[in-house]
Amino acid sequence: MRIRVGHLYPDYLNIYADRGNIAVLADRARRRGHQLDVTAIGLGDAVRPGDFDLFYVGGGQDREQELVAHDLAGKSEALRSAAGDGAAFLAVCGGYQLLGRSYRDVAGVELPGIGLLPVQTVAGTTRMIGDVLLACPWAGRTLAGFENHAGRTLLDAGAEPLGRVLAGFGNDGVSGLEGCRYRRAYGTYLHGPLLPRNPWFADRVLADAIAHRAGGEPEELEPLADELELAAHEVSAARARARGGGRS
Amino acid sequence: MVERRERPASTAESGYGCVMRPPLALDLETAAFRAAGALSRLARRGGGTTIPGKLLWKLDPGAIDALARRLPRGSALVSATNGKTTTTAMVAEILRPSVAVLHNASGANLVSGVASSLLARRDAELGLFEVDEGALPEVAQRLDPRALLLANLFRDQLDRYGELEIVAARWRRAVADLPRASLVVNGDDPQVAELASGVETARIFGIDDPAHARPALQHAADSKYCLRCGTPYDYPAAYVGHLGDYRCPKCGHSRPPLDVVGSEIELLGLDGAAFTLSAPEGACRVELSLPGLYNVYNAVGAASLALELGASVSDVGAGLGRFSPAFGRFERIEVGERRVLILLIKNPAGANEIVRTLVDAEPPRVAVIALNDEIADGRDVSWIWDVDFEPLLTGLETLVATGGRAEELALRFAYAGLRRDRIEVLGSLEAALDRGLALTPPGGELAVLPTYTAMLALRRLVASRGYVANYWEAAA
Repeated sequence: MRIRVGHLYPDYLNIYADRGNIAVLADRARRRGHQLDVTAIGLGDAVRPGDFDLFYVGGGQDREQELVAHDLAGKSEALRSAAGDGAAFLAVCGGYQLLGRSYRDVAGVELPGIGLLPVQTVAGTTRMIGDVLLACPWAGRTLAGFENHAGRTLLDAGAEPLGRVLAGFGNDGVSGLEGCRYRRAYGTYLHGPLLPRNPWFADRVLADAIAHRAGGEPEELEPLADELELAAHEVSAARARARGGGRS
Repeated sequence: MVERRERPASTAESGYGCVMRPPLALDLETAAFRAAGALSRLARRGGGTTIPGKLLWKLDPGAIDALARRLPRGSALVSATNGKTTTTAMVAEILRPSVAVLHNASGANLVSGVASSLLARRDAELGLFEVDEGALPEVAQRLDPRALLLANLFRDQLDRYGELEIVAARWRRAVADLPRASLVVNGDDPQVAELASGVETARIFGIDDPAHARPALQHAADSKYCLRCGTPYDYPAAYVGHLGDYRCPKCGHSRPPLDVVGSEIELLGLDGAAFTLSAPEGACRVELSLPGLYNVYNAVGAASLALELGASVSDVGAGLGRFSPAFGRFERIEVGERRVLILLIKNPAGANEIVRTLVDAEPPRVAVIALNDEIADGRDVSWIWDVDFEPLLTGLETLVATGGRAEELALRFAYAGLRRDRIEVLGSLEAALDRGLALTPPGGELAVLPTYTAMLALRRLVASRGYVANYWEAAA
């Protein structure tokens, strides 16, 4: 099966090794007999909701994020409609913020988001930097990564987080929540990149994209030998326990 | 452990007002601090390169300024994301025959390291310091340098330095605070060249040799968008990362005219490089024993600063010709019947150039790559995914992955397409080195690519086997 991925603004939003996430998705799809077709969606490119099974949005520096925010706002209707039709979204860091309703910087200037995720973000004066470990009770698994953000992201009442913080800062450093999950859209501050050391989550995103393509509900993918991935997960999780959330 | 990367204290903590005890007389103090350095080395805490400086800084921060003012020919500072250790060592080599140069050769490049260097040698005429990008404003303010070389800004250790724009803003402040210092900047880096905008006396250097340009900007290129209007730059020639000849197609913002140029470049595999240096003072052919285009940049930058400090073109050519690599940067160490080639990697732009230089010469069959995640390496290891390691795959039969994050590195290569049975994960650096050497035939050379703390550990390891002097001895 061809899984069609729309990679939003790869030239601008690529700061925390986002291509690592794409490489992992492509390789894990290939080993299940599928093919990942990745199309870059840039400034001024039109998006048709049915064209993609998965949208990927990475993180950028403030300057780059500003350059794309207004363009993205013009695509908001198409992207929201794609999400409503069950397309999968993975948005990391700045991309996560942009999928929310808005981002207010330290000077009080508000950048528009696309309102796909029920969150809003306000920049703080200090950055939250370090290793993170999350529990994801909805999947019965953990996620390990690295965070580096000044934004404090607040979930609307009733919104689902991606996970609960076991170690690290998370969305805002106080709520104990990290990321946001809405239908098949996932937003998170975890990079590092996220997917190589969290293979179950890579497979979950792939399964969601396949479900969009094939119709029906996501199905478990056939397991792969993930010894290296799990060993990397363990080291990353141990780092978070030892030094996440500004512990050292 | 050399704590090269400790954060500079805020200026609020460095005034006399916060010092609890009165400052000691300077001479008594310096003797005590030199003793502290020796003690720290004896105590095997590491090189001891920053311990005395830290003590001095804590007890009497103003003493650093006083020590610097004693230098009869003042000081010059070098900062950059990549190449500052090599560039500074090159300038020192150029000047060495004619000036007694004090130089923080062991790479201790925060305020405390500069202070320790000032304490270590009292007969120097000129201070020459590489300075951490983030520490530049404070070091510049304390030393009041007569010249400042600013060479490049790449994304590096975002967990520590923050975004590129934040470092650039600090540099702008440092430059604004030093109206009397001669400014030497790399015109091929848009952010850095901009620092000299409106500074008539600035000396601007760069490279002009389209034959060595890359076909396109690399994946992780920074500063791709026009500083003035945000449009992507056109690059008639991109040489290293985003360094090159750039022009904005919309507003016309472009590389400024160059005063000092490296051209007619020859890259001689792993053996060296040669280029023609042209400056207002004259021109010469330079033969470097260091390979790679990035070292041509280092050499042209070093030449520019040396000329600014009064060296002649022939001093520059001779000094660069004599120069041998700074520790851990393209350093070759004989280990029994084999050689170890140490290539420090620390960020995508620098690592890309290492990979390109290795592969252009001859793709290695075996490589040991050591990824640590201490503060000095960057705790965030995501940068390895922005490095274009893929060209190494052409000849690689075995990758030995080591260091605290060996598994992460192994995954990087596995997802790049290296078969998993060709990847060996060995957490211990010593085991990894021995494995790499065992896979290297007698007379052969083993490429080892360590991050900063792994590089120090590796040198300690080969030193403990008696193959090389410890770096603080080598640098002395």
